[in-house]
Amino acid sequence: MAGMFAGPQEMMGYSFNTAPTSASEPRQHSFYPYTDNGGSTLGISGADFTIMAGDTRSTSGYSINSRHVPKLFLIGGEGPKNKGARIVLSVVGFAADGDALKEKLDKEVKMYKYQHGKPMTVSACAQRLSHILYNKRFFPYYVHAILGGIDEEGKGALYSYDPVGSYEREQCRAAGAASSLIMPFLDNQVNFKNHHIPGSGEGHDLKPVVATPLPKETVIELVRDAFTSAVERHIEVGDGLQMMILTKDGVEEQLLPLKKD
Amino acid sequence: MDALVSQLETPRSQQELYNSEEEQEQLALSLSPSLKFALPPIAQSQAWLRAMTDDYSNPNCPIKIAHGTTTLAFRFQGGIIVCTDSRATAGNWIASQTVKKVIEINSSLLGTMAGGAADCQYWLAYLGMQCRLHELRSKRRITVAAASKILANLVYSYKGMGLSMGTMCAGVTPQEGPALYYIDSDGTRLAGNLFCVGSGQTFAYGVLDAEYRYDLTDEEALELGRRSILAAMHRDAYSGGFINLYHVKESGWVKHGFNDMNPIFWKTKLGKGEFSNVTADLN
Repeated sequence: MAGMFAGPQEMMGYSFNTAPTSASEPRQHSFYPYTDNGGSTLGISGADFTIMAGDTRSTSGYSINSRHVPKLFLIGGEGPKNKGARIVLSVVGFAADGDALKEKLDKEVKMYKYQHGKPMTVSACAQRLSHILYNKRFFPYYVHAILGGIDEEGKGALYSYDPVGSYEREQCRAAGAASSLIMPFLDNQVNFKNHHIPGSGEGHDLKPVVATPLPKETVIELVRDAFTSAVERHIEVGDGLQMMILTKDGVEEQLLPLKKD
Repeated sequence: MDALVSQLETPRSQQELYNSEEEQEQLALSLSPSLKFALPPIAQSQAWLRAMTDDYSNPNCPIKIAHGTTTLAFRFQGGIIVCTDSRATAGNWIASQTVKKVIEINSSLLGTMAGGAADCQYWLAYLGMQCRLHELRSKRRITVAAASKILANLVYSYKGMGLSMGTMCAGVTPQEGPALYYIDSDGTRLAGNLFCVGSGQTFAYGVLDAEYRYDLTDEEALELGRRSILAAMHRDAYSGGFINLYHVKESGWVKHGFNDMNPIFWKTKLGKGEFSNVTADLN
């Protein structure tokens, strides 16, 4: 009877006589305070608008923990619904760090408005976010942030960040799990990388296409195509697409379904 | 303005006397580049940071920090040429091809970034603030020697914490004339005529050392800066994108464009017959 439950090493003799295995050695548990919650975000800026988008799936390893965890946040509005907000932050990576970051930035943008009696500009907010991220240089936020808004000239503004706060203003940026699938598509369709004007020359004399800001409808189409395609090829992306369209009139939010497998 | 200056003049040790949380918040809001950094709640915080962020020692590290790459600067008869590439990589991923690696500290001082993009951006912005404060206090522009020393002392105080930056400060001042300094995160600070920094530095040195003379004309010097970065972009996988070119003169710096490397490469190859290792014939 005892034999039925004995492990391979305990076939005979006393259990204490078995040679130590790697499991019986002392082990040091490392400090690992992060989880990758998957998902992807993207932002594209146009002449007078900015579009931010992110899927709403939340994963941990191969488990899907929720199908509706937004990655886009309104910054510096009024009341619990952030009414009248003109800046949107998207965060992808570790959702808890993302939430903490959102709370901190939101608080500071609101404090700025109360203290100065005017809303914070996107460029000021962008620099502030960089400093918030860098303040945790030695214990980083596990996030890729993208900040969108409308600048002082009424043009669409988009800033992208690395986890410790290096930032740059760009036309478009994809971040998160499927960024390596989406970003090349955006380079091709937004910045017209490697597009040439047909008949403008032979071989090396071909003239490149100069990128001009795209109309809003085209950009919305591109965002939907980017996400439906990413869902097809990445396991951490799916369920829902949250989109925020920023114009001079404010922020319009849309929720679209994505495949749920 | 005086109030702000006196507040920022307060030594760091005294600033910690701000006791109420509200006052600290206030300070954090007014003094954006603050020197208070969060640390992980463990004893070996440096080893931990390395395990999390250093993709050289651990290619599977979870947090990939953007890195900058080939930069060069040299002194010559007409001032200083500063030239960089524009690629940022996170592991093998090209995070950006449009990084501005020349940081304009003020109208006559430039800094370059190689190493951690955030480290360079943040600390050169901090240096810009310190230079402005120096100007307000002493009513004259800071020298390049003094500015570079602020940065060198600063990074030295964080030695071993994991900062990664290799930067050059270039500027022309009445006291010094054209001055060029190299500062890195180990605490090294060197004055010199010619530096290349980053993973593509060897390739840039190869071209620059061969063609460099102090009595280069302005046009020749600009072309040499451009050509040296082009060589590095061609041979170093971590360099590429756009060529960012600056000329620092007595009257301040002048920008000479942020140009895509690809047409410049083909012009150099087909027009001058250089890069004969590459074939232009696709058949």
